[in-house]
Amino acid sequence: MDTKVLKLVGIGFVTGIINGLFGSGGGTLIVPALVFILGIEDYKAHATAISIILPLSIISTFIYLKKDIIQYQIATMIAIGGVLGSLIGAKFLNKIPTSVLRKIFGTIIIITALRMIFK
Amino acid sequence: MKLFIFGFLSGIISGMGIGGGTILIPSLIFFTPLTQQQAQGINLIVFIPVAFAALIVHFKEKNIEFKFVKWIILGGVFGALIGSFIAVNMDSSNLKKYFGIFLLFIGIYELIKKE
Repeated sequence: MDTKVLKLVGIGFVTGIINGLFGSGGGTLIVPALVFILGIEDYKAHATAISIILPLSIISTFIYLKKDIIQYQIATMIAIGGVLGSLIGAKFLNKIPTSVLRKIFGTIIIITALRMIFK
Repeated sequence: MKLFIFGFLSGIISGMGIGGGTILIPSLIFFTPLTQQQAQGINLIVFIPVAFAALIVHFKEKNIEFKFVKWIILGGVFGALIGSFIAVNMDSSNLKKYFGIFLLFIGIYELIKKE
């Protein structure tokens, strides 16, 4: 195995741990890794990230399922809303400036994070 | 209805390329009696159909860079097994705190990142 392959496996390993441990966040790690370490264009990185996180999330879901953690009825309601929302989000992805949105999002996330740590 | 709205909002966010789970999981923690693990499990399973739908679109538009994917997934499978095992066996309030710390890094990254 050459170093490029080791690098790819390593990126995957870290992404898998985070995505399994927090049930999310895999995409947040893998997109910058694809862009900055592997030099993939931004719009391709998002699509490629999904093709990586999907199988990892399926594996993690199985482990959560085995422990009876998954609440199906709640998940179904959220999934219906999620599919509709993501279709709308994808349509507007290229039409609205996301830079302002990202700053607002970042601020909300920091406040939320502090609440989760200290409450 | 509350659940539908949480899903809808996180779907919009994730469709724009920002992590949907970072919105959905805290929403479930603050506004429902679910534990950290249950909220994470919901995010994982909900991601599956949403990601399938998105992948079909991206696949047709040839946006996926397949040459890197297999090696990343190989490492990812081992990571996913280890990370999930730790999560399901951890104390809920500790996991919530660690999640919060991870979220804090994401928030700071979003603020300082250049377009």
